[in-house]
Amino acid sequence: MASTRRALISGLFRHPVECAAVFNDLPDALVFLSPDRRVLYLNRAAEVLTGLSDPEARGLPCRHVVRSNMCSAQCPVDDVARDAGPVCRQADVINRDRQRVPVRLCCVTLRDLRGAVVGFMEVLEDLRPFEALETRKGQAYQFGGIVGRSPAMERLFAVLPGIAQTDSSVLITGETGTGKDFLAEAIHQLSARSKGPFVKVNCGALPETLLESELFGHQKGAFTGATENKPGRFRLAHNGTLFLTEIGDLPLPLQVKLLTFLDDHVIYPLGSTKGIRVDVRIIAATHRDLQDMVREGKFRQDLLYRLNVVRVHIPPLRERGEDVRLLMDHFLAAFVSDFHKQIKGFSKDALKCLLDYPYPGNVRELKNIIEYAVNVCQEETIQMHHLPSYVTEISVKAAGPSPEVRERDGGEVLPEEALGAGVGKGVSWGVMERRLILDALVRAKGRRGRAAQILGWGRSTLWRKMKQHGLMDGDEG
Amino acid sequence: MRRVVIPVRETEVAPRFDLAAEVWIGLQGPEGSFVEERTVVLPQASADHLCQLILSEGAQVLVCGGIEQKYYEYLVWKKVRVYDGVIATLASAKKALEEGTLTPGAILMARHFTG
Repeated sequence: MASTRRALISGLFRHPVECAAVFNDLPDALVFLSPDRRVLYLNRAAEVLTGLSDPEARGLPCRHVVRSNMCSAQCPVDDVARDAGPVCRQADVINRDRQRVPVRLCCVTLRDLRGAVVGFMEVLEDLRPFEALETRKGQAYQFGGIVGRSPAMERLFAVLPGIAQTDSSVLITGETGTGKDFLAEAIHQLSARSKGPFVKVNCGALPETLLESELFGHQKGAFTGATENKPGRFRLAHNGTLFLTEIGDLPLPLQVKLLTFLDDHVIYPLGSTKGIRVDVRIIAATHRDLQDMVREGKFRQDLLYRLNVVRVHIPPLRERGEDVRLLMDHFLAAFVSDFHKQIKGFSKDALKCLLDYPYPGNVRELKNIIEYAVNVCQEETIQMHHLPSYVTEISVKAAGPSPEVRERDGGEVLPEEALGAGVGKGVSWGVMERRLILDALVRAKGRRGRAAQILGWGRSTLWRKMKQHGLMDGDEG
Repeated sequence: MRRVVIPVRETEVAPRFDLAAEVWIGLQGPEGSFVEERTVVLPQASADHLCQLILSEGAQVLVCGGIEQKYYEYLVWKKVRVYDGVIATLASAKKALEEGTLTPGAILMARHFTG
């Protein structure tokens, strides 16, 4: 620190280490204060933040150096001096360059070996990079790595920052590959718990007995093989967020334990009678219909009510319209940059094929397709032959081989893209088939031969199906 | 004659312009000494209100601690001479003004090393 008084870390390593060498390399600003709150030392990050050099600041009251909005009314040193433990607050400072800088200000008391207060340490984390990030997240087409500008996603992005700021339990629903994990992490990162841990547990990945120990921890000797105390994921997530993915797969006995936790925020490790209070926000996700599971007796209704405080549904990609193109370009740019390629875009055919594809695996599938194409493509434009064969095959099928071939192959084959695009939960096949026929007739402008071709059916099959669904004119039937 | 405004906190120049709840106002004579001075307690700390007060008082000089760029530029545009980033007691700031030695960013406060 001072040239005359070199502060050392001693007793930890073989030789004493000079503090300044360590502190100056840290990214956060450190300010050491005497008991009467005068500056003893600023590290390099603090010099940059405040605009005052260490020699300029030394010996001055900290309020004139840090210039935080907390200084006059809610000085954090007041709180730590009252033995309130470490204090961490959001604040702002005005530096010598006349900039108002948002910071996270943490203050701790420094004591000597006898416990007497020898000073204080303030740590100031510059939050400007995060602020810029939040501004970007605020834009309607991006939130924590989730890209979209369809109305459905815009609505979602509009409510998410508000949800992130609360401490309520969140239930994220959506099909596989829609980005539930991304969303959970984004909510955590935007919340006041962002500095705390984000712990993810896949409830479907472990057998019930292991999962209980994994979640709630166990005491040494609780069962054979429990040779050590294990804290469990709940305790690891203390002051942070616990993300329970595939919550629909959580066994019923553990649902009861989770329910108890949601009520009183106390966990009981296996083999322990003593409860441990933990401060954890729960975010759960599932691709299953929990209401259905409740009806079937596979999921506890009371747990659903407790998790369902804030429910966020991520729409499947097929319902996100223009987002497909946006995501294609987004992933293309990302992979081109990662793989150092010179690809500029998609050919007309490839673009049409990708836009027509139903993406049953949602965004994850689209991302994989683009990654594959960027890997394979050695040209400037991604062509049809650069796409995975299962994508192009569907496109070819949709274009319609001859009716004879379809008849020979079974006659009842429907374009897979239509299946993916239109099948909704709770819609019967009959309704679906009627809708497909109507769609094909509209696309063929009423010409049944063409409609049959589109559907990949013979004319007679189409006639029979139309009759079956009551789609014939009165004089035809 | 020029009017000087110094936002204060107890006996010091307030560390922050926007958080000052008190303002010292002095009238500096041609010889440099202050011929008139008073203290105004503000109803609430606010940079906007403080700017209004400075302009309504017709002050030509502002001595303050940390000030945001937008307020600094506004006051300079309004022809107020701003000495910002000053770390001083009110007495030492007044003395430096009287002697004509005050500069922006001046550190006039006594240092104590009690660590």
